[in-house]
Amino acid sequence: MALHCGRACRQYLLHLAHDNVDFRLPEIKALLSLRNRPFDTSETFNEKSPFWQLNGLSEDDIRSVMSRTVCGKSAFELWGHGTTIDELRTSLLEYPAENMAPYLQQNSTYKINVYTFNKTLVFKDRIEKIDALDFLPFKGTVNLKDPEHIFCLLEDYGSDPNDIPEEPFHMYFGRWIADGQRELIRSYSVKKRHFIGNTSMDAGLSFIMANHAKVKADDLVYDPFVGTGSLLVACSRFGAYVCGTDIDYNTIHGIGKASRKNQKWRGPDENIRANLRQYGTESLYVDVMVSDASKTVWRKNAQFDAIVTDPPYGIRESTRRTGSHKDIIKPPEDFSGESHVPVSMAYHLSDIFADLLNFAAHHLVLGGRLVYWLPIYRPEYCEEMVPLHPCLTLTSNCEQTLSSHTSRRLITMEKTKEPEDSDRLAHLADPRFTPYQGHNSFREKYFCGLTKKNGKDSKATPKNKD
Amino acid sequence: MKLLTHNMLTSHVKGVIKGYPLIIKATEVKVNELEFNAQFVNRMIPKLEWSALIQAAGWLGQSQDLPSSLIPDYENDEEFLRKVHRILLEVEVIEGCLQCPESGREFPISKGVPNMLLNEDE
Repeated sequence: MALHCGRACRQYLLHLAHDNVDFRLPEIKALLSLRNRPFDTSETFNEKSPFWQLNGLSEDDIRSVMSRTVCGKSAFELWGHGTTIDELRTSLLEYPAENMAPYLQQNSTYKINVYTFNKTLVFKDRIEKIDALDFLPFKGTVNLKDPEHIFCLLEDYGSDPNDIPEEPFHMYFGRWIADGQRELIRSYSVKKRHFIGNTSMDAGLSFIMANHAKVKADDLVYDPFVGTGSLLVACSRFGAYVCGTDIDYNTIHGIGKASRKNQKWRGPDENIRANLRQYGTESLYVDVMVSDASKTVWRKNAQFDAIVTDPPYGIRESTRRTGSHKDIIKPPEDFSGESHVPVSMAYHLSDIFADLLNFAAHHLVLGGRLVYWLPIYRPEYCEEMVPLHPCLTLTSNCEQTLSSHTSRRLITMEKTKEPEDSDRLAHLADPRFTPYQGHNSFREKYFCGLTKKNGKDSKATPKNKD
Repeated sequence: MKLLTHNMLTSHVKGVIKGYPLIIKATEVKVNELEFNAQFVNRMIPKLEWSALIQAAGWLGQSQDLPSSLIPDYENDEEFLRKVHRILLEVEVIEGCLQCPESGREFPISKGVPNMLLNEDE
């Protein structure tokens, strides 16, 4: 059995949070690839399960993944597992004694936790389960407050809360190694952030995006639709230098109406730099600029290690670029450079994505990643709608549902080829972009679906919602 | 605006062929001490337009006696890397403007933030 092959190929168990389920595998894979490790799992691997077995890794690999993941809760060195208590026992007895011995020493302290997924056990049952493990040669003393070693029995009762079995489907026993970074979701919550906007990205998803993008220390990361800089905050947490641009002068300068309830106007010093300062990463702030994503201001060979962004879809933030529909484009007579506000016009979603992919193809380092959100009208979605580019390889595509008929998909692409002249994405000819053509095409579908749904809902009882 | 950013910016005024580097006209410059990071500087140097960086530092009176062409074997020259770190990340233009060298179009910098928007006719 795999468990017998010594230190080099110990098995590890990853316990994952049961939210953002779609985003977990690409996150763990990206974090493993930062250490050039493959994702090698058991034959019975089920992506939806909260427990994953990982092979071919070292404890350092696991610690490195856990120092970044917001999808993973905890990691364990797996000592045994099985579908019944007898199987678990057999498996544990087969685990090499010399691998266990360092953690079971006489002068050491330890505790055993019991974790059950989809079932709550009473105290008495937990104690019974711990007592049933007494065949293991524990020689140390129990210390519940500050033990040197923590062991855990983890039981999986499936994922249907309406059909919880008497006995678990699978049980695992192992030595706790490290917890993930779930804590960041709370400590970086936008509720406590200095400067936010209407569409500031939730902290958990921001970290997931930074992980999908394989952002690492001393990278240079760019967000072309930076807004209030939530994604830069997450990327700087992992040591990357960050910069961003946005067409909205007021957002970049932190002036105008506040997004918070009970606050009418933005206060002084509400800006992205102050957000980084709040989390102690101001030294990684490079710059933000007021600029139009449709007209690149970067020199031809300027390169970024990652591009992480949340483009506007025209729902809560309008899609704009500079330019005018008017035929006569002449500045007014009293034109005086600084006071003039450029007229903005509709920026079609199809153009946003074509520009973004072309930009990434030219301005990412080879192997660098583009991570962005693609809004989806679910009744029409098919995989072929995800924009492709000859220089970018699609790495992952994860759905976050927004409503019954809309969702957004987190698209991760890796640059695998330097662009040549023929590689320019001719998006108008590309049928992939049809759903996004025309100003506010997505917006119209979004609200059209919403109106229909609301129509239905108003006839039904309000309690049926959700 | 830091000189790292300036080094990567170009004029995007329609029809301009030689729009790099943008001329810096600063009315307020600040030096913000930061902890030295040799690794980042080493990663950035090969990606820089060296002569543009030296020119820009000169405009701000911050050239730090850096040579006009990149020296070989800079990787382990801490004194050199510290100077580059300073002009890349610590020197900041707070007020002033960037000017397109060909068209003369000016982009204002206010509170450290360049405004690169063009008007609809540009």
